[in-house]
Amino acid sequence: MTKLLLVIAAKLISGTTVRWVGCQPDSRQRIYFANHTSNLDALVIWASLPSAVRTVTRPVAARDYWLKGAIRRYLAIHVLNAVLIERKRPTVQDNPLHDMLAALGDRHSLIIFPEGGRQSGGEMSPFKGGLFHLAKNRPDVEFIPVLVENLNRILPKGEIVPVPLLGSLRFGAPIKLGSGEEKAVFLERARTAIQVLQTT
Amino acid sequence: MNPPWDKQLIGLGGGVLMLLLAASIIGWFLSRRFTNPQGKATIENLNARTRAWWVMALVFGLAMALGLVGTTILFGLVSFLALREFITLTPTTPGDHRTLFWTFFVVLPLQYALIGLQWYGLFSILIPVYAFLILPLRSAAAGDCHNFLERTAKIQWGLMICVYCVSYIPALLTLHIPGYAGQNAKLVFYLVLVAQLSDVLQYVWGKTLGRTKIAPDVSPNKTWAGFIGGVASTVLVGAGLWWATPFTPWQSAGMSLAITFMGFGGGLVMSAIKRDRGIKDYGNLIEGHGGMMDRIDSLCYTAPVFFHLTRYFFT
Repeated sequence: MTKLLLVIAAKLISGTTVRWVGCQPDSRQRIYFANHTSNLDALVIWASLPSAVRTVTRPVAARDYWLKGAIRRYLAIHVLNAVLIERKRPTVQDNPLHDMLAALGDRHSLIIFPEGGRQSGGEMSPFKGGLFHLAKNRPDVEFIPVLVENLNRILPKGEIVPVPLLGSLRFGAPIKLGSGEEKAVFLERARTAIQVLQTT
Repeated sequence: MNPPWDKQLIGLGGGVLMLLLAASIIGWFLSRRFTNPQGKATIENLNARTRAWWVMALVFGLAMALGLVGTTILFGLVSFLALREFITLTPTTPGDHRTLFWTFFVVLPLQYALIGLQWYGLFSILIPVYAFLILPLRSAAAGDCHNFLERTAKIQWGLMICVYCVSYIPALLTLHIPGYAGQNAKLVFYLVLVAQLSDVLQYVWGKTLGRTKIAPDVSPNKTWAGFIGGVASTVLVGAGLWWATPFTPWQSAGMSLAITFMGFGGGLVMSAIKRDRGIKDYGNLIEGHGGMMDRIDSLCYTAPVFFHLTRYFFT
């Protein structure tokens, strides 16, 4: 019930146009990687998936943000079924990569933001290495680039009340880690895969 | 007050239903006749428009049945959706966030509340005076001076077009016209019908006979044949609807002329904005029509003029 309400609320607030440019919705195992501009990003991408896909898809989110306050905590754990990771001080025991791989298992998909933090508009920052390690560990999973637009205007960094503008999501064609492809090359290619969606 | 459903109103509603029925049947026959891909696409677009018209007509009829409150709420929602499309296309900055919050959640509801309260003295100046002066204050206080005048002007223009102008449609219900008490719903019907008919007829004349474009750089669909044929046929229909209005047939023709001219102007100006922003439609809310702004662009321009002409000459 809360899930349904949240999906409806997310869709109403963000008025998001969703376009599947390079692939179709599918409940096979995937990692959706997107540019990060607003706290709404994970919620809106999650809500835009068809319900069969949504139930197996888990957003990866920062533990320090989502465990603050009862509402956020409830949403993250019970509604979004989020994978909460440590982004400030990763240690061997508290390694985000292990958490993500464990969360994937053999049936889940993930939504991740490889920039690591929100950008206040403009260029995407370089990607963190996690995406590369995921690709290396799980060659069977599809990596889908997602371009998020305008959500930072709906809820900019530091604001609490959203303004009801129209957002847009575009899902691109899957990319694969080439054999022997270097980390920096792959990460840059993944970043470009999101950028080129602007022209579609 | 008379009941909102008098015989003439039922006549107008019945006429619209017949028109839509005819359009649906013609569309169905055309879709069977045309087989080449280009013709098929045009007919499919036409049929999508007709289907959307059915929905819009039903929603409109339902709101009208609820009187001033229903009509005010309906057009409040229309304004909300239109403003949302408009501001999305306007490059606002994070510094405008709080201003936009005021725009959507304070100014817009207040404008429609004032119409519900029939407070002419305030609803006619809320946006052109108070919002105009106070909203830039909020942006200035946020401290971002980059492109300040441009940003402020765009937000104010969005408010004027999407909220202030549209709110004149339900405001027609607040006019006190001697000998026409309790019948103002027909005036709303008349305005919306003539303005939308003018759009449709200009589209039909332009598609069938149109050659010479009026403003090819702004709106490639607007042709002289479409404009002249559309204006002439709309004025004829409008004059023929005088019985539902407080106007004589000649006055009704004059009002229809004003509506078609302003409607044409509205379409042209909104097209210019879309060209400037490099898009074809404001959104994809209504199938075949684009967004809300694409559908109401002509109404924005006609409603205030129609309201004030009626108020000046007939009250």
